[in-house]
Amino acid sequence: MLASKQTNTRAGVIWLGILLAGVVALPWYRQNSLLEGPVSSALAEGLGGRVWLLPGVIIALVLATLALVRPNWRREPVSLVLVISGMAFLLVQGFSIGLRGPAFDAVGLLIPAAMDGQPGLGWGGFVTGIALLILLSELLAARGFCRGERFASGAVVVITALLALFVFFPIVTLGSSAFISPDGTLGLSQFADRVSAPELWRLNCLRGDGRCGVVINTVILGTLAATLSTLLGLALAMLVARTDFRFKRALRAISILPIITPPFVVGVAIIVLFGRTGILTQLGADVFDVRASRWVYGLPGILMAQVLAFAPITFLVLLGTLEAINPTLEEASKTLGARPMATFRTVTWPLLKPGLAAAFLLAFIESLADFGNPLVLGGGYEVLSTKIFFAVVGARYDLGNAATLAIILLSLTLIAFWLQVRWLGNKSYVTVTGKSDAGLAAPVPPMIKFAAIAVIVPWVAFTLGVYVIVVGGGFVHDIGRLDLTPTFAHLRTAFSFEIGAEGLRLYGSAWDSMITTLQVSAIAAPLTTAIGILTAWLVSRQDFAGKKAFEFGTMLSFAIPGTVVGVSYVAAFNVPPVDITGTMVILIICFMFRNMPVGMRAGMAALSQIDRSMEEASQTMGAGGFATLRNVVLPLIRPAIFTALVYSFVTAMTAVSAVIFLVSARHNMATAYIMGRVENGEYALAIAYSAVLMVVMITCVALIQFLVGRSQLGRRKQLQGSAIAAAAE
Amino acid sequence: MSETAIEFKNVIKRYGDTAAVDGMSLSIQTGELVTFLGPSGCGKTTSLRLIAGLELPTEGQVLISGRDVSNDPASERNIGMVFQSYALFPHMNVLDNVAYGPVIRGDNKAKAKDKAMEILDQIGLGGLQDRLPSELSGGQQQRVAVARAIVQQPDVLLFDEPLSNVDAKLRRKVRAEIRDLQRRFGLTAVYVTHDQEEALAVSDRIVVMRDGQIAQIGTPEDLYDRPASSFVADFIGDANLIAGTVSGGTFRAGDIALPIGGAEGSATISIRPERIRLLPDGPARVVSATYLGSRTEYVIATASSELLVSRPISEPAFVAGASVSVEIDADDLTRLAPA
Ligand SMILES: Nc1ncnc2c1ncn2[C@@H]1O[C@H](COP(=O)(O)OP(=O)(O)O)[C@@H](O)[C@H]1O
Ligand SMILES: [Mg+2]
Repeated sequence: MLASKQTNTRAGVIWLGILLAGVVALPWYRQNSLLEGPVSSALAEGLGGRVWLLPGVIIALVLATLALVRPNWRREPVSLVLVISGMAFLLVQGFSIGLRGPAFDAVGLLIPAAMDGQPGLGWGGFVTGIALLILLSELLAARGFCRGERFASGAVVVITALLALFVFFPIVTLGSSAFISPDGTLGLSQFADRVSAPELWRLNCLRGDGRCGVVINTVILGTLAATLSTLLGLALAMLVARTDFRFKRALRAISILPIITPPFVVGVAIIVLFGRTGILTQLGADVFDVRASRWVYGLPGILMAQVLAFAPITFLVLLGTLEAINPTLEEASKTLGARPMATFRTVTWPLLKPGLAAAFLLAFIESLADFGNPLVLGGGYEVLSTKIFFAVVGARYDLGNAATLAIILLSLTLIAFWLQVRWLGNKSYVTVTGKSDAGLAAPVPPMIKFAAIAVIVPWVAFTLGVYVIVVGGGFVHDIGRLDLTPTFAHLRTAFSFEIGAEGLRLYGSAWDSMITTLQVSAIAAPLTTAIGILTAWLVSRQDFAGKKAFEFGTMLSFAIPGTVVGVSYVAAFNVPPVDITGTMVILIICFMFRNMPVGMRAGMAALSQIDRSMEEASQTMGAGGFATLRNVVLPLIRPAIFTALVYSFVTAMTAVSAVIFLVSARHNMATAYIMGRVENGEYALAIAYSAVLMVVMITCVALIQFLVGRSQLGRRKQLQGSAIAAAAE
Repeated sequence: MSETAIEFKNVIKRYGDTAAVDGMSLSIQTGELVTFLGPSGCGKTTSLRLIAGLELPTEGQVLISGRDVSNDPASERNIGMVFQSYALFPHMNVLDNVAYGPVIRGDNKAKAKDKAMEILDQIGLGGLQDRLPSELSGGQQQRVAVARAIVQQPDVLLFDEPLSNVDAKLRRKVRAEIRDLQRRFGLTAVYVTHDQEEALAVSDRIVVMRDGQIAQIGTPEDLYDRPASSFVADFIGDANLIAGTVSGGTFRAGDIALPIGGAEGSATISIRPERIRLLPDGPARVVSATYLGSRTEYVIATASSELLVSRPISEPAFVAGASVSVEIDADDLTRLAPA
């Protein structure tokens, strides 16, 4: 008992020590010290002229002294006051003095030295921030926050701060950049002009005289893509859940393909098939004398690619709905004498409608967020996500305009989300376990079955065609011109290497991006899983003030389209105090917060199956929150951890929309490299790289399976299914 | 042995607007077994969790061994708890389950396993240490849960309805085991149950609870013989509650007249069914007679009320419809506090 009391106090004291190190020893800034020589601590900088750093140093020193003289310092109100003022200090000094001077003139008048500005925070600044957060959580726990459980309290405080910094802050910064004109003045009229620009809202295409505005284009694309993929998903789900169709397993397998398919490659395959010089186009010209044209660029091409990508998602959602419909209802209808068609219309269909709405909205949201396909296949058809990209990356850098477009895109997405929640509540439409009472369910009427097969067959043929190109295209001379001479030339360009006197030498042009991608994914996946599972545990097992807002914050990070996240990170993190653009850290952080909700969902589902009194037993035997999590919870939710790891790893390998804004010459990612090749028309190289990427992913998933899922052998299929299911929600 | 092990000082625990525990003050002595008894939802489990530190009080203080632990989490209190579901770790064998606490509290693996083996032997589970919990019977699982809770020599041992998952036939045996163990190890124990018979059988003292408050604290005999309220009288054992008036040292209700002490005016008294004697012939009538093996239970109609009466079968029986007279000793009636 006494021993545990001592560790208790010791932990607090260790964090005080870290706080002191943060202000007196570690370099406060990233670079650019005022003083001669290497970057120096807040104390040295403060004494050397940046006097605004001194209050922070003083607060840290007073707190440390207090802890020395008052053994019960964790319960003293003055400690809380000190820690909170320390945090306020950190925020105020960081945001009021930027790189080139103070944000407000008054600050410059008050502290002349501030006119020279200050660079972004370095180790000292971040360590100080983290130490303050943990100390805050210690003090709160001593007052009974999270039932006095220090680890839980620490996790709540730190994750809340991280969400604030990496989800809310970028969005708020983005919002404010929308109101700033290129010359730096603030104005509402500026924003109003941008929002109401005719190039956004023109309806000409509907009247048949020219192009529509980009917002209209986006909505048209989203609506069509959502409608078609919902219909396709419905046909697939009907066949699998309600008929004796022979190739059910194959259909399920095909539905997993899109999540491990790198972006762009489906677009490229479509161009290879249907482009002006495409295989099928040539065939059409030769056999049927159809004139080759560029019809596939624009709405038709994007639509094809998106339906191919989203149908599996709608399929899983609708499969869940269909399997959840109690077959006895259909039975009852039949026994009452209804004919199959009538049963379907009066019983099955109404029960299916919420699932259809969910699938539609999901596909709509995905379409809004899609970046890769419109980029490759768009031609002159502009959508919001690509337009945002070109506003930031193109020749005319205009963050204000990008921010305005991003706000519109975000609003559309949030409206769709809101509708989903409003109509459907927060229910999950995917039964992860996939329990189906096969045999009892009423088979669908033959008419519908044949209609479904009629829809499916061309889809399967098309999918197979696309994937034949994806797998084979990189290993023939020029798939685009139907030159099918086998070759490893493309692979050599990308991945040639030599083992010589100086050891391994990598020559291929793709090595850099491949290695960075693997590094980033390998670091991001466990971190994403950790934060997702930890959050799931907090939400399902801890009671704390502000829990609802906390949950909302975690879901928000999932709702924001990748492109918007990318722009918002550019807006928020290329200036002090948190200046991390161009680093690998920003890539990792971006993945962590975009993908954590999936781990969280998987974790919450798993935790709901576990009797929480086991954790309480662990606590009564003296285990703190962390030991309980490690010894009791994690071993029991291994499948969820596996799902989260696989999902976050694969997503990090294939994501493009957000990272495309964040890659740099030093830290390029595979998807960005592939995009460059596609833009240059080097399709074969892009395809070869994609194929390699898919092989690498499958290998890594198998490795994760081996490391994490040892006791779960044979459940991989189902788990991958649930990874998609979780993603689909 | 009269040190205070646990003390509640006006403890309140609220969930939103409702108070699960609403101003409880009590103290539990070292070495005694105290039971929290009351109907479902009255706040027994919450009170137990407040001792464990699995909940922290909204107001008031909880003291263990004289130390204020109101804001300390469970992991920093020295308690052992046996959960209703046993809460054994399914991925650890019996030995690892029992050694868990010692390992967590800093013993090395070997020492922790020695401690665990010792307890397992004492509790009659030697030989089962390598089994997984799923390979044990319910009774064995329960004993593992107990072993796990006492291996650390806790300041207090807590039981939340420990018999609810035990076979009805085994309950008597298991509860005797628990009582024996508690005495053998000299443990302070708090025991939650909604079953009054169980509470009477195991407890040194019983805390009867109602709506988050304490209705009465006392030894089993106190509560049975001298219930303070009609709630307690009714909840513990069977009782005949009779409302009437007191004047001139006599309680009257219809044709009942009994000498009684205390204030004049209206009053309610309680009489246990086995303290009422029946004699042949008289103004009362037997409404029903139910043979229950060891005794016979009668419902007797008097001029003013119906009485439940329980007599051993060694006495002559009466049949339904017979006329009888009723005899009550003044010592056997308890005057209840006004509700
Ligand atoms: N975590 C909780 N959140 C909200 N209400 C609760 C919680 N735990 C218990 N309660 C409420 O407190 C009251 C007392 O519960 P409990 O202590 O479990 O009763 P008992 O164990 O006597 O049956 C009940 O009304 C219950 O609904
Ligand atoms: Mg209970």
